Amino acid sequence: MSADQTQLAFDWSCRILSDNGCGFPAPGLHSFLFEPLATIGGFEFNKVMLLALITTLLVVAFFWAAFGKAKVVPGKLQMIGEAGYDFVRRSIVYETLGKREGEKWVPLMVSLFFFIWIMNIWSVIPLAQFPVSSVIAFPAVLAAIVWLVWVGLTFKRHGFVGFFKNITGYDKSLGWVLPLVMVIEFFSNLIVRPFTHAVRLFANMFAGHLMLVMFTVASWYLLNSWLIPAAGVSFVMTMFMIVFELFVQAVQAYVFVLLACSYIQGALAEHH
Amino acid sequence: MSAAIELAAGVSGSLGSIGYGLAAIGPGIGVGIIFGNGTQALARQPEAAGLIRANQILGFAFCEALALIGIVMPFVFGK
Repeated sequence: MSADQTQLAFDWSCRILSDNGCGFPAPGLHSFLFEPLATIGGFEFNKVMLLALITTLLVVAFFWAAFGKAKVVPGKLQMIGEAGYDFVRRSIVYETLGKREGEKWVPLMVSLFFFIWIMNIWSVIPLAQFPVSSVIAFPAVLAAIVWLVWVGLTFKRHGFVGFFKNITGYDKSLGWVLPLVMVIEFFSNLIVRPFTHAVRLFANMFAGHLMLVMFTVASWYLLNSWLIPAAGVSFVMTMFMIVFELFVQAVQAYVFVLLACSYIQGALAEHH
Repeated sequence: MSAAIELAAGVSGSLGSIGYGLAAIGPGIGVGIIFGNGTQALARQPEAAGLIRANQILGFAFCEALALIGIVMPFVFGK
């Protein structure tokens, strides 16, 4: 794989109706691979890691600046910070966990929400233009953190036997189908749940990035002789997709945190 | 029946796109049901808007994930 391909994601000289007879350079997996920017002792540091690092610093710096010296009458930055914090607290945590149980989980959920949201937003920021969460490792680790939290919490709340009762949806009134339900619930809760939790975020960002790259590449590819209007259509589609992606990015961060909250709610719930 | 199998064996080209079209039917129906019923619920009980919207988006995400897994799978399994 050439550096050209990974940096530009397509062949620069390739145009429709041109003489060199190349086809449409469709985006694929190569749009998600990057040449390392630097190699530190055998460890390859690439653009995705750089973006993730910037995201971390950005989130920490923002909340530090907003709440480091919190005042009773908030300044501009603190106001924005409080609005963000309050949004997650009211519309996600309180809605699912309730006020009394929820308060303890607000910091985790706020950090998750903003971390994921900014990782997603890189998708449409010029020069970055790559959603960090479209690399499976990032959503996988975040989902693993949430998984560990709720599994640990279930153990702590219900004890060893209670844990299995909670996880398998133990309910005597089901009668003879109970063993079947228990097996299905066990697998769906412990194994399928973290998988879909991570893949939902990953696949959304992956598909979104592919669409953006495809329309961007197409607007360049079609920019030749009488097909220039088609390039215009593709360019308008690119703009439309950027707006749509902005919406999807926020929704995915919201959904990830909402699901994390509903898993924790399941762990806190009393079995009957 | 054997004629149909012969016919199917002759099909070539970008079959993945047909597969994805089939895979998108289910999520399409699901998303339609969710937003249809969500709108109905909002019309019947406007005061519960916050709760309904949160659950609507949650259901939407559950359905949409299936279609998105369909997009990703060809890349996982290759050609």
